[in-house]
Amino acid sequence: MPSLISERRKSIPVRRGRATPELIFGDLWEFDPAPETADPKLQPRYDLFINGAFVPPRAGRYFDSINPANEQKLADIALADAADVDAAYRAAQRAFTTTWGKMPGRERAKYLYRIARLLQDRAREFAVAETLDGGKPIKESRDFDVPMTAAHFFYHAGWADKLDYVAPGRRVAPLGVVGQVIPWNFPLLMLAWKIAPALAMGNCVVLKPAETTSITCLKFATILQDAGLPPGVVNFVTGAGETGAAVMAHPLAAKVAFTGSTEVGKAILRSLAGTEKKMTLELGGKAANIVFDDAPLDQAVEGIVNGIFFNQGHVCCAGSRLLVHEPVADRVLAKLKHRMRVLRVGDPLDKNTDIGAINSKSQLEKIKKLVASGVKEGAEIFQPSCRLPAKGYYFRPTVFSGVTMSHRIAREEIFGPVLSVLTFRTVDEAVERANNTAYGLSAGVWTDKGSRILKMSTELKAGVVWANTYNKFDPTSPFGGYKESGFGREGGRQGLLDYAKLV
Amino acid sequence: MSRLPITKTPKPYVGGSFIRSESGRTFPLADATGAFFANIPQCTRKDLRNAIEAAAKAGPGWAKRTAYNRGQILYRLAEMLEARRDEMIGTLVRFGSTKSAAAKEVDATTDRLIYYAGWADKYEQVLGNTNPVASPHFNFTVTEPMGVVGVIAPDAPALLGLVSLIAPIIVSGNTVIALAAEKNPYPSIILGEMLATSDLPGSVVNLLTGFRRELIPTFATHTHLRAISAVAGPADRQALRLGAAESVKRVHFTDLEGAAWFKTEAESVYAIRDFLEFKTTWHPIGA
Repeated sequence: MPSLISERRKSIPVRRGRATPELIFGDLWEFDPAPETADPKLQPRYDLFINGAFVPPRAGRYFDSINPANEQKLADIALADAADVDAAYRAAQRAFTTTWGKMPGRERAKYLYRIARLLQDRAREFAVAETLDGGKPIKESRDFDVPMTAAHFFYHAGWADKLDYVAPGRRVAPLGVVGQVIPWNFPLLMLAWKIAPALAMGNCVVLKPAETTSITCLKFATILQDAGLPPGVVNFVTGAGETGAAVMAHPLAAKVAFTGSTEVGKAILRSLAGTEKKMTLELGGKAANIVFDDAPLDQAVEGIVNGIFFNQGHVCCAGSRLLVHEPVADRVLAKLKHRMRVLRVGDPLDKNTDIGAINSKSQLEKIKKLVASGVKEGAEIFQPSCRLPAKGYYFRPTVFSGVTMSHRIAREEIFGPVLSVLTFRTVDEAVERANNTAYGLSAGVWTDKGSRILKMSTELKAGVVWANTYNKFDPTSPFGGYKESGFGREGGRQGLLDYAKLV
Repeated sequence: MSRLPITKTPKPYVGGSFIRSESGRTFPLADATGAFFANIPQCTRKDLRNAIEAAAKAGPGWAKRTAYNRGQILYRLAEMLEARRDEMIGTLVRFGSTKSAAAKEVDATTDRLIYYAGWADKYEQVLGNTNPVASPHFNFTVTEPMGVVGVIAPDAPALLGLVSLIAPIIVSGNTVIALAAEKNPYPSIILGEMLATSDLPGSVVNLLTGFRRELIPTFATHTHLRAISAVAGPADRQALRLGAAESVKRVHFTDLEGAAWFKTEAESVYAIRDFLEFKTTWHPIGA
């Protein structure tokens, strides 16, 4: 490997004597509160959405939806059992055979365009609801989740009458009814990733949102009603694991799509082993974010922060393993810690908040447990000393240095604002370390050298590679993993084909 | 008195050489008349693991060959088959084909290789693309081979079925361990001899002979096999899927039977796609 220590590194003058004074915003510089005040228009109770109407669950059971920012109850959510799931599937099957499956693509497209537009109309209302329900900062739900959800419908709408171009040389046809189970980290966006391509292709849907984030899904049902979507084309059933298992196992499901943990993904694979259901799985990750010594370090640090602290680190493609080139490791770590001191943790509804609430108590406990294992196994922990709200589920942004590949925090998906820093000396070592995981969802590379970017992008076993950027998403851009991060893609032409059969 | 012919000891082509099973086990194979033909190695789980290790080593080199080169090598394999057409027809006839059916199967197999050889430097242009993202980034999606892939070949057509499964997998740079037709393994032995002289690097295709019931569990669970392509009945399908779940292995079943293997519908760029991963790369556009 030729000299990896860049000339630039050598030419930087070393400062002696007193350290540069730092501006520590943190708790010294109080920000005035800047709460988002739009009305989320919540109801006290949410029923199931089956066959175009809100219906109570047959067994009459409900569960609480909690605001993770203050632990207060937001609403009662219907608990769907197998009979409710069955009713949803029958409605979907009926819609597939009577309306949606026969409708010309040109007409299907118009419904999807309408849905996109109606969501844009109510964007702020949905952003506030999303933040209340899941704990993510309002600036993210407002600037990312909701607009990206609308964009997914808008993009896929245009495919509905152009399906002859999805699979050159072959004709495509819808599969029928698809069962979908989505996670709690991007409730609306995951719903869009699942529903939009399914509908564009002419399928009907039974979808279960995560039990901690059902509200925006059921609010979204009102948009489907306002759009005049034929009854049964999309059905929402709410509940926890048992409801999800019923959605995956239903005999009318021609395909199931799941986004969630690798552990549950494997259980689904086993449970469907004797069936011919088509499947796509988007599972966990433990992405390497690799910083070379010639990288623009300030930009890289922004990318590292975005990579691991975006959405409290509740991101399957989070850059949770930082691999730093040894010559710049100390500098990168110092810059990173400095940057972390100015991150604002707290009220998700505050427009200045960078890191909101951890989605649930159980997730907070899981994060705490893995962080404790990191300390116990000998890694060095750093957390800025920011104040956390008295109520609610919060966790300080955390970085571990001195991490080795055998540490649990370097191997297991934490799904929280916790970064493990490892170092490397050569390009080959970086590749080897990055690929030394059962996961393969995403990776990041930071370097000024174009040929190295292309080499890394080729060698990294990951479905998405961000070079000199991180955590970028787009409806046109296929997303999905290698290895135990699942199979199939979501987004783009490739994702659309996963909702079709070739005829 | 006529001359006593020399019989050939059948040896599967594994790891670039012709092996006997590490176990030393064989099973007797009769020809279509019921007469003893030869002892066929009864490969074991250990043979399979060894083959996977060899294929994993050969994988990166094969995947790094240029698409043009891989295409020429598949074409060369077709040349080998065409040159030894009569021998392969004779083999198929010996195990029950009529002469005309055997000729048809050998020719269809050769043509299938030519078909996939031609895809080597084209499928990327059909399956991959750039993506017009709504931000200042250059974004492109390309395909990559998955790695080592396990093939469970059908009993019939023994040659065409085996090659139809293997060709779309290796054309993109994957490597293969294939379990040949349990009931008709001998064509795979002859095919191995053709592979050995075809410029295909050793260990890219490994052909095992043996019993499904012994080997399918290991095909299903071995974590270094990234995908399975199989022709299998319900019980084997379930076993393969169950075992594959633990490493989230990709599993594809082919449902063709009889004459359907010979049709052009049995060959497709989407058979290549089944054993590819899509990788999407983002880079900012700016000064």
